Formats: sequence, structure tokens, C-alpha cells
Amino acid sequence: QVSVALKEGRVTPTELCQRCLALIKSTKFLNAYITVAEETALKQAEESEGRYKRGQPLGILDGIPVAVKDNFNTAGIETTCASNMLKGYISPYNATVVQKLLDQGAVLLGKTNLDEFAMGSGSTDGVFGPVRNPWSYTKQYKEKSVPKFHSEDQESNWVITGGSSGGSAAAVSSFTCFAALGSDTGGSTRNPAAHCGVVGLKPTYGLISRHGLIPLVNSMDVPGILTRCVDDAAVLLGALAGHDPKDSTTIQDDFKPFELPDLTDVSKLSIGIPKEYHAPGLSSEILALWSKAADLFKNAGAKVVEVSLPHTRYSIVCYHVLCTAEVASNMARFDGLEYGHRSDVKDSTESMYAATRREGFNDVVRGRILSGNYFLLKQNYEKYFVKAQKVRRLIANDFVKVFRSGVDILLTPTTLSDAAPYTEFIQEDNRTRSAQDDILTQAANMAGLPAITVPTALSERGLPVGLQFIGRSFQEKQLLTVAKWFEKQVQFPVIQLEEVKRHDSAVFQHQKSASFS
Amino acid sequence: LAPWIPVVGLEIHAQISSNSKLFSGSQVQFAAPPNSLVSFFDASLPGTLPVLNRRCVEAAVMTGLALNCSINKRSLFDRKHYFYADLPAGYQITQQRVPIAVNGSLSYSLCIDNKMSQMVTKTVRIKQIQLEQDSGKSLHDDTRSQTLVDLNRAGVGLMEVVMEPDMCCGEEAAAAVRELQLILQTLGSSQAIMAEGQLRVDANVSVHHPGEPYGVRTEVKNINSIRFLAKAIDYEIQRQIEELENGGTILNETRAFDSKLGCTIPMRDKEGKQDYRFMPEPNLPPLILYDSKSLPANMNHQQVINIDWIHERLPDLPSVKREKLVEQYEILPEHSFTLLNEDGLAEFFESVVKQTQMKPKKVIGWILNDLLSYLKQHSLTVKESPVSSFLLADLLNLLEKKEISSTAAKQVLAELWKGEGKTPLEIVKEQKLELLQDQKELEQICQAVIDGQENE
Repeated sequence: QVSVALKEGRVTPTELCQRCLALIKSTKFLNAYITVAEETALKQAEESEGRYKRGQPLGILDGIPVAVKDNFNTAGIETTCASNMLKGYISPYNATVVQKLLDQGAVLLGKTNLDEFAMGSGSTDGVFGPVRNPWSYTKQYKEKSVPKFHSEDQESNWVITGGSSGGSAAAVSSFTCFAALGSDTGGSTRNPAAHCGVVGLKPTYGLISRHGLIPLVNSMDVPGILTRCVDDAAVLLGALAGHDPKDSTTIQDDFKPFELPDLTDVSKLSIGIPKEYHAPGLSSEILALWSKAADLFKNAGAKVVEVSLPHTRYSIVCYHVLCTAEVASNMARFDGLEYGHRSDVKDSTESMYAATRREGFNDVVRGRILSGNYFLLKQNYEKYFVKAQKVRRLIANDFVKVFRSGVDILLTPTTLSDAAPYTEFIQEDNRTRSAQDDILTQAANMAGLPAITVPTALSERGLPVGLQFIGRSFQEKQLLTVAKWFEKQVQFPVIQLEEVKRHDSAVFQHQKSASFS
Repeated sequence: LAPWIPVVGLEIHAQISSNSKLFSGSQVQFAAPPNSLVSFFDASLPGTLPVLNRRCVEAAVMTGLALNCSINKRSLFDRKHYFYADLPAGYQITQQRVPIAVNGSLSYSLCIDNKMSQMVTKTVRIKQIQLEQDSGKSLHDDTRSQTLVDLNRAGVGLMEVVMEPDMCCGEEAAAAVRELQLILQTLGSSQAIMAEGQLRVDANVSVHHPGEPYGVRTEVKNINSIRFLAKAIDYEIQRQIEELENGGTILNETRAFDSKLGCTIPMRDKEGKQDYRFMPEPNLPPLILYDSKSLPANMNHQQVINIDWIHERLPDLPSVKREKLVEQYEILPEHSFTLLNEDGLAEFFESVVKQTQMKPKKVIGWILNDLLSYLKQHSLTVKESPVSSFLLADLLNLLEKKEISSTAAKQVLAELWKGEGKTPLEIVKEQKLELLQDQKELEQICQAVIDGQENE
């Protein structure tokens, strides 16, 4: 809609940019942004305006304000991965996906907050502090939350965004941008998207280039897309997908961007409900919602069947072995020699390395490095790493079998419950939380499959809950088409932010229902 | 005393001759200003990914074929982890599990008892050839207690050639490496100049008694020339024998060759064995090569490598070249070795042969005895020879036509080395070296000599 507005001149890119920047300022307490690139954003907006005036916009994304997770390289703009190791690091190059956005005229507002090096499921473990879920400040949450806190204590009642792409999710959810890039390795885009009430798409592995995405697990990472509606996600996908010679793991086939049809007849669809996703700890609320969604499809004429993915319960353990092993390897480059933080300890190269890494990495990162190195030791390699790879193949085969049996799309919950209050979340350590929270999203990364979370309803506490669709490899069109149909059916309510004081309410009204397609 | 059997194996790293590095587009060049040939990937900037260089793969396939290896149609890349200042990523990308070529052989020749006339052919098995990254260079500045790091070399493509322990002494190892060097240079897959670090050899040495299992081996590094290779190996064999005969033991360690002292010394920083924590390289899919049978019909040939296509275009290897020289020119096999051993000598020889009526069998003597020894004496390469093939051919023609004697020819040659631009004929005339052909004149001279003798 806003894209049309730009085209028709009802609003200019500069105005749009300025409003977003103002909104970022007034929602600073969310801590969604690490860096706001005000100057360059305004400049990009100006250039976009020029193009619109000449009647030559670059496309739908021209002039659209976007945000990018701070583990993507952005030339000239600090890239920190929310770590001391890269504080002040200014990359000399743009990640391919960032370049693509810029080439289409998008306006890059800034870099969003995350768990350090994308390790975590809360966006609470970065050096710039935790990200707050915008829904903590909504009318809907206030009304439903247990009224045992005084207004002073309300400060401590805020809920997390989920993670690790929490900043991006919060940014999209609070209207400070129209789309954001996240990354997804075990659910890091879908988890916060579900908690923040936005759409979170994990594309098929190999569809979108990882060049410039600072890696967590090279064999599972994908750039993730966060938007306010499914159509917008399709637009972003079209702008970003396709072979990149700089990334040897992208597929060679041509990618054709698509527009999503308005599906009316779902009778030819077969929806699978994997029984193993009724995981321990799944809230009764979400279970009920999941059931309701299944019925929705059934009543509309689709075939809804229970299916089994028997190796699901091994996926978390398997993931931890493979993830930590790759982390140990990927983090080996951070030694303070070529870039990033370097310790003052100078006695020898080794002591400099050791001190740099102790100072630069938080406990979570260091913990994973130690575990990973353990699993990669010669005497452990077969027992852990190779075994985990074999289990990974079994998990992937589970999906293959189910899809071969005639199922088109799988429907599952995205998270075990709605967003937890921060004070409650930090009672358990990062590793425990990750192990719990990744369980519903993680297998799709193991198998490289596309998955999308769609905001479905508000929980009893007034917080968003999303449901997840998992599709066949490279069948994003079908996946998004079904997701779009579902989105239309559930009519998820718009966020009603309360505590945004110094703010132009007229603008707010305008942006309330804003999508850009 | 029971005899000792020395066992020598070699690990050879050959820098691939290519315009750009193995996984990135930065240039490959010797002695460029420090850190001027470093791409983002070479510097291990976070988020960068490796992209395989086609030319490097072709070089490895050519080398594998020339060494009679089986080329693996599917090979894999791995990460080998260790921390060092010259390894920016903290790991090297190599091929540990499935290398590109395996199970080959290399034939080389030796002179028995230092007599050029008796040559024997030996074979060493090639275990494998793998593609891997070179590291950067680190220089230790002890006066300022700092380490200087130059990453120009980081990421340059290497072929590691592993030779099985089929050799028994320094001479054999040197001959094998020399032959490998010639092969690489003929193929163009590596320039293999040891002095420029394009060919680096590590030797694995052990000794044992016949009938007993192999002894503990040591690894000898830091060998900068083929001559030093033979020396280092022979020294190490001797050291091990002496150590064992004195009741000592051999440690499984790495030793550096000190060329000044002519001995091997233990290297300091190997505390305990390194665990390299090998892991598959997740950013590089398996390397798939095709042959004419397996090549899919509609494949863009720019995108793939066809082993058979490369095989058909291999140049004549040194062994083949030597055979042809022997056959064509009726020279001895040991002559052909010397011809190929010296850069440009074979071409010089053939050029002279073309320009003279003298039989090649005779020309070869002039080439190997006179020309080559002169060049060696003055440390000149064939290219730098003040006597061109044209001049030498000219001279040999005079000899062939019996216009001068062979003694005179040697005198002329000595004059030609001065490089003053005179032709052989001019020198002959100057020094009055012409052979007299006139029978009558000769009789007069002889008669004069006899008369002279009678008068005394």
C-alpha cells in the first residue's frame, strides 16, 4: 500500500524516512536498533525521491525504509553482531542481500539488535542489552496482564522479543520500518516473528545468498525475512533470491519472482499435522490454537492428516553438536590480528589471541566454542560429529517421506508459549532456553526446508502467537500462497502501541495498517 | 653389526601457477609489496566465502594424470584448524578425506656409483595429490619483540604431493624431486622454483633393521634446494643410525635443516601432537569432475571440467621427451637426462643440430662437455650464453668440413666465449688456424722440418 502511495506521490520517500527515524527515536526504549544510519538513510531517501519525481522508480522497494540485523555486513556502517569483538568494526563491503536491497532503492535505516553472534532465543544476550517486545507496551497486553504491579513496576514487566533476530522483529512490529532482514539457523527469524506478531520467513537453504552474513552454522544459516504481511514477504523474497557466484552454496537455477495468487479453493491441498510437534511444554493455549487452525483448513475443504516425523526428538541434541562444532570453527578467525577487538596483552601471539578472545566473546559464545572443539577432537569426531550428521540425514528423510506421501504443507506451532517476561526468561541460562525454544523451528533448518510463521491470534495475556507452515524445498510460492490464505482467515489484530508519547498520532494512524505491496 | 635400512618419504607442496588464488580473486605474484595482494576473503573478514578457482583444479588434474594417478571424480574440502599468525581464518582449507588424485607413480633415474654411463630407473608411489591453501608469511622481529605478518601468500593454491616411503637415501629423494619439478614445469601447473618458495619439500626419515618393523620417523623441514634435500636426508639417516647404535631412541619430532651447519635440529614449538579438529568445509559443495562418458549432454562446458579433454591435451612429459631425443638423435640416455636437466639446453642442442651437417652424436659432445662446463664455470644459464647456437653451429661446420682441426676448434671456442662479436671464420683467419689441405705445401713443410732435424 505504501509503495502505491509513494508512486502516487501521496507521501514522499523523505517524509517516510523522517517519520520512521522519528519513530525509532521515540521507541528507543525498545532497544531494537544498535546503529541508526540517519545521514545515509536520508540521502538514500532523497535519491529515491528524485527517481519518483522523474517517474523512474526502481521497483516496489524504491524508497521503502528497511532495517537489517547487525550480523549482515554493511559497508560504511558499523557491524557488531552485538559483540565486543566487533564493536566499532566498519566493514568494507555489503552483504549480497544488503546490496540487492540498496540496488532496488530501499532505504537502510539501521542495524538491529540481536543475541551476541546470533546465539540465543531471546535477544537478551548481546552487549548492547536486551530487546523489548513492543507488545509489552500495548493496550492489549496492559489490559490482560495480571494487575499486581504498580505503575513503577511496569518497567520490569516487559516481555522479550524472542531471538536471535529480536531487534528486526521489534522494528517491524513497532512500525519503525516496513521490512527487516534477520537470520535463521535454528528458528532465529521465526521465533521472534511469532512473539512480536509479524510474518517471519525462512527460505530454503541455497535460495538466498549468505555472502556477507556473518555465519553461525554455515550449513544451516539462511537470511530471514520479517514483514507485516505475507505479500510483503513475497516481494522481499523476489528481490533477494537467486544464484550468487560469491556463495557456492546457492543453487544455479534461475529464480523467478512471483506474485501471490489469492487462493480461494483449498480443497486440493493436503495439510500434514506432525504429531511429534505436540512437544512437552507446549502451552494448552497454543495447542488449542493449532487445533483450531487445522479445523479451519478442514472446514474449508482441505485434506488434513496426522503425520509422523519420528526423529524430531533427536533434533535438538543433533543440532547442538553440529552447531557448536561449526561455531568453534567459524569463530577461530576472531583473533584480533586483522580486524576487531585486540587485547593489550602483548607477551606473545598466543597470549594476545587468548586475551582478545576472552575479552571479546561473552560466555555463551565461549561455551559453544569449547563444546564444539570437544566434539571435533580426533577421538570424538566419529562419536559425535559424524553421528550427528547421520541423524541429520534421518531427520531430513522424515520430511521427504511425508511430502512424498502426498502432503503439501505441514502445519505446526512456532513457539511453545507466548513471550515470557524478561525477568522470568533470564532465570534459565542461554543454553537451556535455546534447547527449549528451538524445538519447533530447528528441524526445518536441519532439512534446509522453507518455513514461515504467520501471526494467528492473541494469547490470554494479550500477546501474539504465531503458527508455522513448513513446505517442500524451493516451493516457496506454494508455501506463501497457503500462508496468505491463512493470514486472511485469521485477521490478526493490529498492534496498539500506547507508550509512544512524543509522536504524531496522525502518522501513526496512517501506518497502522501499512504494508508496502 | 646388522645393516640398517633407511626409509624416506616426501611431502611436497607445489604452488600452483595461476593468475589468482585458490578461493579468491586476488592476484598471485612473487615479491609484491607486503599485504598488497589480499582480498577480503584472504584476510578472513567475517561473512566472506570461498569460491573455487577453476584453473587450480585443472592444474591438479593435469599433475595427477602426469603422475599416473586415478583422478577422483568426486573430492571434498575440509577445514584443518590451528592458531597461527599467518593463518587468518584459524583454519586452512585442504582435502583431508577425499583428495583430488590418488595412487599414482613417478619414475626417476639415478647414476650408479656416480658414473654417468650407468643409469638405473626407479619408481616411487604417489599416495595422493590434494588441493589446499598456502598460508601467509610471518616474520619475527626479535629486536622489537613483534611479529610482522604479510598475507600476500595467504590463500595461494597449493598441490600437496605425497610420495610413499619408497626411497632410501638423499640421492634418490633428490632425483625424484628433480623429476617432479621437470614434470610440473613441463605441464605449466607450477613453476616449481624452490628458491622462490614455489616448491617446498618435507622429508620423513626413519631407519630399521631388515625383517623388523619400520622405525620411528622424524620430519625434516626448512629445506631450500634439491642439493640441501639430499644433504639433510643423509645427515638425518646418519644421525638416527648413530643414535640407535649408541642405545638411544628416536623421537617422533619435527626437525629443521640448518644449511650452514649441515645438520638437523629439533624445532621448538611442537609441544605434544596437534589435534587439527578436521571438519568438512560447509561452504564448498563436493568437487565433481567429469570424463567423456559421464559428461551430461546439455552441460555448459565452461562450467565443468572434463578429465579426458585435459588428458588429450597434455604435453610430452620429460620421460617421453628424453626417449624422443635418444631415438631421433642417436644419443645416449644419460645425455638426454642432462639435456633436459638444464633449462633451455635441449632446445639449444636441437637448434645447433638443425644448423650444422655434423652428426648429432658428435654435436652432443660439444654441447655437454664444452658449452655446459663453460656455463657452469661462469654460473650462466643457457639463455645467458655468449655463444649462440648459430655461432656454435658455424664453428662445428668448419670442423666438419675439415677446414680446422678439433684442437683448433677448441681454441676458436675459447675466443668466442669472450663474446666480442667475431665469427668463427674471422677468428680462424686471425689466428691462422686453418688446416692446410694442399698436399704439396705439406710435403714442403715436412721436408723443411726433417732437413732442420738433420742439421742438428
